[in-house]
Amino acid sequence: MSAVAGPIVDTRGRPVVDALVAWARRNGWTLSLIALLAVLLAFTKVINPSYGAPGIQGLAISVLPLALAAVAQAVCVIGGGIDLSIGSMMALTSVVAASQMKDQSEEFGVAVILAVLILGLIIGAVNGAVIVITRVPDIVVTLAMSFVWAGAALLVLKTPAGGSAQWLKDLVLGPAGFDWIPKAAVVLIVVVAVIWIPLRRSTVGLSIYAIGSDRLAAFRSGVAVGPTKVIAYATTGLFAALAGISLTASTGIGNPVPGPYTLMSVAAVVLGGVSLAGGRGGVFGPMIGVLILVLIQNDMAFLSLDPNLALVSQGLILIGVVMFGSLIQWRRSRR
Amino acid sequence: MTLRTQLLLEATDVAKTYGAVVALRSASLAVRPGEVHALMGANGAGKSTLVKILTGAVRPDSGRIVVGGRERMAHSPAEARRGGVVSVYQEPALIPDLDVRSNLRLTKTPEESFRHWLAELGIENLDFSELARVLPLATLRIIDLARALAIEPDVLMLDEMTAALPANLTERVLAVVDGHRGADRSVIFISHRMIEIAAVCDRATVLREGTTVGVVDMTDGAEERIVELMIGDVAEAVPPRTARRDAGAARPPEATPRLTARSLSAKHKLRDVSFELHRGEVLGVVALEGQGQDELFEILSGSERPDGGEMLLDGAPVTFHHPADAIRAGVVYVAADRADALLMQRSITENIALPLTSRIRQWGWINLVAERTRVDAAVEALQIDARAGGEVRQLSGGNQQKVTIARWVAGGVQTMLCFDPTRGIDIRTKSQIYLLLRDLADAGAAVLFYTSELKEIQLVCDRTIVIFGGRVVAEIDAADSDEPTLLRAAYDLPSDAPADTVTDVAVAGPTTRERST
Amino acid sequence: MTSSISTRGARIPGGWSRLLREQPVVPISALLIVIVVIYALVRPGVVNADWAGVILRAAVPLAILAGCQTLTMLTGGIDLSVCAVASMAGFMVASLLHGPGFEIGIAVALTAAALAGLLTGIGVGIFRVHPLIMSLGVSFVVLGLANAWQILTVQSSTGVPPVLRTIGSERLGELLPYSLVVFIPLTALILIGLRRTGFGRMLFAIGDNPTAARLSGARSWQVLITLYVLSALMAALAGLLLSGLTNVASVTLADSLVLPSVAAAVIGGTSIFGGRGGFGGTIVGALILTVISALLTALGFPEAVRQILFGSIIVVVAAAYTRVTSVS
Repeated sequence: MSAVAGPIVDTRGRPVVDALVAWARRNGWTLSLIALLAVLLAFTKVINPSYGAPGIQGLAISVLPLALAAVAQAVCVIGGGIDLSIGSMMALTSVVAASQMKDQSEEFGVAVILAVLILGLIIGAVNGAVIVITRVPDIVVTLAMSFVWAGAALLVLKTPAGGSAQWLKDLVLGPAGFDWIPKAAVVLIVVVAVIWIPLRRSTVGLSIYAIGSDRLAAFRSGVAVGPTKVIAYATTGLFAALAGISLTASTGIGNPVPGPYTLMSVAAVVLGGVSLAGGRGGVFGPMIGVLILVLIQNDMAFLSLDPNLALVSQGLILIGVVMFGSLIQWRRSRR
Repeated sequence: MTLRTQLLLEATDVAKTYGAVVALRSASLAVRPGEVHALMGANGAGKSTLVKILTGAVRPDSGRIVVGGRERMAHSPAEARRGGVVSVYQEPALIPDLDVRSNLRLTKTPEESFRHWLAELGIENLDFSELARVLPLATLRIIDLARALAIEPDVLMLDEMTAALPANLTERVLAVVDGHRGADRSVIFISHRMIEIAAVCDRATVLREGTTVGVVDMTDGAEERIVELMIGDVAEAVPPRTARRDAGAARPPEATPRLTARSLSAKHKLRDVSFELHRGEVLGVVALEGQGQDELFEILSGSERPDGGEMLLDGAPVTFHHPADAIRAGVVYVAADRADALLMQRSITENIALPLTSRIRQWGWINLVAERTRVDAAVEALQIDARAGGEVRQLSGGNQQKVTIARWVAGGVQTMLCFDPTRGIDIRTKSQIYLLLRDLADAGAAVLFYTSELKEIQLVCDRTIVIFGGRVVAEIDAADSDEPTLLRAAYDLPSDAPADTVTDVAVAGPTTRERST
Repeated sequence: MTSSISTRGARIPGGWSRLLREQPVVPISALLIVIVVIYALVRPGVVNADWAGVILRAAVPLAILAGCQTLTMLTGGIDLSVCAVASMAGFMVASLLHGPGFEIGIAVALTAAALAGLLTGIGVGIFRVHPLIMSLGVSFVVLGLANAWQILTVQSSTGVPPVLRTIGSERLGELLPYSLVVFIPLTALILIGLRRTGFGRMLFAIGDNPTAARLSGARSWQVLITLYVLSALMAALAGLLLSGLTNVASVTLADSLVLPSVAAAVIGGTSIFGGRGGFGGTIVGALILTVISALLTALGFPEAVRQILFGSIIVVVAAAYTRVTSVS
């Protein structure tokens, strides 16, 4: 979702229309996702006529942690890596936040949240640094680190416990003034906008895309490949921390056992049009991808189908999307 | 000695080794302020490695680099850039997934200046919001050049800058290069095209096999001198026992050739290649880098499919969908790059026996005794020295190359495609490979042999075809295939024609492809 | 003429690093012995033949699952679906016990596993999807279907078949576990298969250099599909043993073994990049992890410490292998 800007040199005299067409072509995947989402929402309304504002709010709450996890995954995948420790990082940050905020003042809660965000940055940076220093593949390192962070989470809390500051709960629960706009959605958009958009527009953001797209060309363009990779993983850690905090905020406790977020985030990223080869895509597509995955789950429930079939369909969607993606890539390379 | 202090850039005795391969032995280069300096050398002479070292993309093993009077060793392209040394590489250093504007921002290129140079180079109306991946290669290279010019470097290095360009753009580039030499600025210019060198360069440094063998002032007759230097002393190149064949001996005319290529074409690189390869002969292929020979061998070996044309085997049309089809039909391929052909972490035996287990019905129990016999015979035939270790990557380059050939010799050869099998290996191994190819042909095999070392042609081949710009431009008999003739043919120079008849050489726009190791 | 090549060989580091590269079984067996000695020192009198039998019994299912990772990692892949497949197989046999019977249950479980493997293999071999993603997706599907099956059959208390209980958990003369009856032939098959069959050679070849394998006429999709089916069948076998060992049949039985199975293969010297490794080292790796687990439990360390230790060991060992096997 690269923003279109600047004068478009055009000789045919219809710059606006052409720009729109070019934009639509470049964001074709995201646009079709949005269309798919609209169809799914309509379908939901058909099978469950009472689906309305409360449903949307419930959807937003259940989507929030996963959407942030998907954004986290998207950042490092764009940088040419993959992070299998996102679920564990979420568990760790969630239990740290919950255990420290329990029975404390509201003001102390603010300090805790800030500290947890810094913790996320640090553990993400550790992931990246280990990858850069040891030159062990991203998959192996983050797989191993997922043990470490999950173990650390268990050291903090053995069982789901802790608490959340009231302001934090209020931040994500309920509607934002108007019934149809849930707070969770507003929080998600604000958080992503505040962190991702400035990053993306900065040289650092460009460098993350550059190392994911073509490492050698990036090096020759003067990008510091190693440090950029660490920054990408630190950003992933930051978003994982936000996802962990949102878990605590929506449930009121911290759970030391990692949820299915790592795998779901990979699925959402692939579905959201981010190339696993790196360098392509954004964070908007994966967020739509999450909405689609969760809506499918909800619809299964509305149809009083076995919720486990939702897992099956999510798996099949993941497989189908990656197969489709590599088929396109393969055909392109044949030409 | 006063001259020395005036040099803008000086590299002395630079050496670089990749594993067992020496890319640069002792390269030196001295660039005066305000000159366009050509860097010349045959394929694999080390030009690109030297450029990469000067721009900090590769670290040398030894040697001294002085820029602007100060000794300096750049550790990254960014550092070299800050020191005023910028290169335009053969592969454009643009990030495919970023648009042009972002690519400029990434390298902190001033946009006004970039636009100025872009216009100067003949590209107008470039949409800056276009992704780099969708732009044609020629445009990317021009963007890369304009980006380099925009930051006004002291030393600008152009590695095969004109290779991918159509004629009109080539002219603009040469004009810009010509005009760029200023009081303090210099250009290092690498090109295969002698005509361009003569047109814009003041001096030329010639590399041969990783060593600087001479510096030539570009005055009249310099081209001949450069060619001489690139070839080297022919006398020392002749191996101890040549397998020279009596060139006059006529082959009995065969009814059907073993392999026939008819108007093969692919990917704009290969335009129209036809030839016949008979049993019992070694057919040489000569071409400058990137003239379509890579694609030709890929098609013949079943790795790629042609866009047009057809292949006949013993007179019958064949289509190879996979290398397995070619192998089953008796067409085997010795790849250019040993890294493409070998299982580096596995043993010699496993490497040689690899084709013996590749089909499903060969997946069962391995008869170790039979395998041992075949492998030993192949090892014996090629005199492979296995003492260096159990893994193939521990062998010397020459022995590695022998393993890639032994793999096919073990199974008996009908048709062998050899792509530069003697690149980067020692002279003794080279002559062993020449003899082996001759022996194979004498035993009735048909051998297609591409080499970047022209002196090998006379030692090995019965006939030679020359490819330029994706087309066969000449066929030369063994008797006439002396090095100057071949080299002229490879440059598509008529042996005695005046230079200006070949100006439109530049129209053929194949890219050169960098092959590592 | 001066040749453009020097015959200076690749850097060959001596001593330990060479041993680690060429015969990883030796140094990691030494590591195993060191850990056992530590165990004997901190818990005197515990380490005896009986203890060894218990450790062995616990290590067998992990070693088989790690074997799946070893075989797939040899080709440069990975199979994260093994644990879902293993749990599914164990559960399926238990749920079919009271209706169609034990033999039918085994047949159905193995068929289901083979289908899962086929799906992974098609994705990896034909569509060239990254094995990690593909096996992940398949594990979703398998887990979801197993869950649905669970609800469909409404098995509140699933009984593990007595045969599996015997093989999985009982020991001959209170010493040697019966699971060795399955494990030893399987091990022999894998070890010999890797060394003496064309299929084994192809696994190494594809992992070492897919281009070279292709140029030599190998069609990698054939190898990969076969491989992932085999891997799924082995996983099913491990699941049956595991359900016998724990006397539990649940659809999440083996979930906690995903990462240890990868860890055992990595510790055993199999390269995640492919082309290097073997099952011998993997067995030792599985034993090391089992002994460390037992040691930490004996010392009263929490689960958390075990996980952190496992993670750290994987990183350290993988970094060590990367160091000694990289060509400078």
